Amino acid sequence: MNDAFDLRIGETHIEVHKFRAGAILIVTLLALVMQAWVPLRLPGAGLLDLPLLVTIYFGLSRRNPSTGLLLGMAIGLLQDSLSGPTVPLGLYGIAKTIIGYLASSIGARLDTEHPAARFALTAAFFVIHQAVIVLTRRILLAQPEPWFNLHLLAAAFLNAFLAVLIFLLLDRLRRPS
Amino acid sequence: MVTIPSRHKSLVLLAGVIVLQVLLLAVQIKRDSQGRLIRSWTVSMVSPFERAGSYGYGWFRGLWRNYFALRGAREDNDDLRRENNDLKLRIAQLQGKAAEADRLAVLLSFRQAHGNVPMVAARVIGGSPGAASLTIELDRGEHDGIHKNMGVITPDGVVGKVIEAYPNTAQVLLLTDKESGVGAMLADSRIQSPVGGVGEPLISMKYVPNDDTVNVGDRVITSGMDRIFPRDLPVGTIAEIKPGNPFKQIRVKPAANLEKLEEVLVLLTLHPLEMSKDNNSASSASAQPTPDATHAPSAAKP
Repeated sequence: MNDAFDLRIGETHIEVHKFRAGAILIVTLLALVMQAWVPLRLPGAGLLDLPLLVTIYFGLSRRNPSTGLLLGMAIGLLQDSLSGPTVPLGLYGIAKTIIGYLASSIGARLDTEHPAARFALTAAFFVIHQAVIVLTRRILLAQPEPWFNLHLLAAAFLNAFLAVLIFLLLDRLRRPS
Repeated sequence: MVTIPSRHKSLVLLAGVIVLQVLLLAVQIKRDSQGRLIRSWTVSMVSPFERAGSYGYGWFRGLWRNYFALRGAREDNDDLRRENNDLKLRIAQLQGKAAEADRLAVLLSFRQAHGNVPMVAARVIGGSPGAASLTIELDRGEHDGIHKNMGVITPDGVVGKVIEAYPNTAQVLLLTDKESGVGAMLADSRIQSPVGGVGEPLISMKYVPNDDTVNVGDRVITSGMDRIFPRDLPVGTIAEIKPGNPFKQIRVKPAANLEKLEEVLVLLTLHPLEMSKDNNSASSASAQPTPDATHAPSAAKP
């Protein structure tokens, strides 16, 4: 990865971050492994969606929509692959592709370094992510899925809160500018 | 090559990636019918085009078959109509020739059966110029050996006699003419009596006494007494019998169809003839002279 550089949009200067070599790959694989392993050891951890948080973080940091959506797609397809035969390939892929694109696009326009922004954005992205999944299930899989419930709301806040913490850790993987 | 603005490249990429994944989903998903969703989608997407293509093809084919391909139909129809008319005419001609061939075959057979009798076949080329006389005109004349007073026959029976001979044509007085007469006799009873025309389709047998027995349907044949026709040629059959004084009034239906003559045979001799009995008509089989048949007067009129 190259060094960070400034992205100039109008009067606003937004820094585009680069990461250490292999950081994205390692973090992604680690998130997938933990997503598969943690819920087995920790009841209630099923609410977490670590691959989604990784997608959001790198999307917001890289601020390149193309890169963001491709990374989201890759993470989603890997998550689909690890989810077993009951989840068709593409279910998480589509959702995380969209999230990757949205995160990168928003990251290119807004300062997403503040924890509050990260919390809000992550909660919003989580809801959007779930909405896309529900939409896909309803339309393509013909599976009745509730659009919204308290479980989803709780999961959104939980993931948003966790994202603020994780993103701080991931910030350390950035190359110094 | 379409150039995509850089700000839209990510959107295009997003759309492409999502479409690819949707397709990936569709490949995996099975619906209730156990058919892959991608198959259902493909069929749904393709079938309208197939239907439109089929409809368009049918429409175009119908247009082609019912319009463009029929451009020459009118000309073809006219040609076929003309050809049909030509063929009808040709068939009529062939039928006429076939009928003519049949008649000529009968004439030839008759001639071969009577090889000892000199005769020539002639074609009827004309009829009576007026109602005053019943005549026909032949396409042969003196150059073919035809002379006045020669007998004219068909295989069916007596027709008449030549009344005028020209170099290439001849005129024949039909048996039904008032001036015509033939030496005749009844085939069974051998009663002799000349027959002659009365200007009607039936001819008259003039000198049969009331005492002689004559029945309707009796055959009348030539007696040879007129020195024009040989003996035993069919003349006709008795059609009507009325008592008279002193002779019966007998009407005879001519054996030859005198109203539809087309080919005839002209007997090329003015001397008495004797038809070969072996091959003659059925009447000759029983033709034997009878003693009481000699009282009749001479047959032919002058």
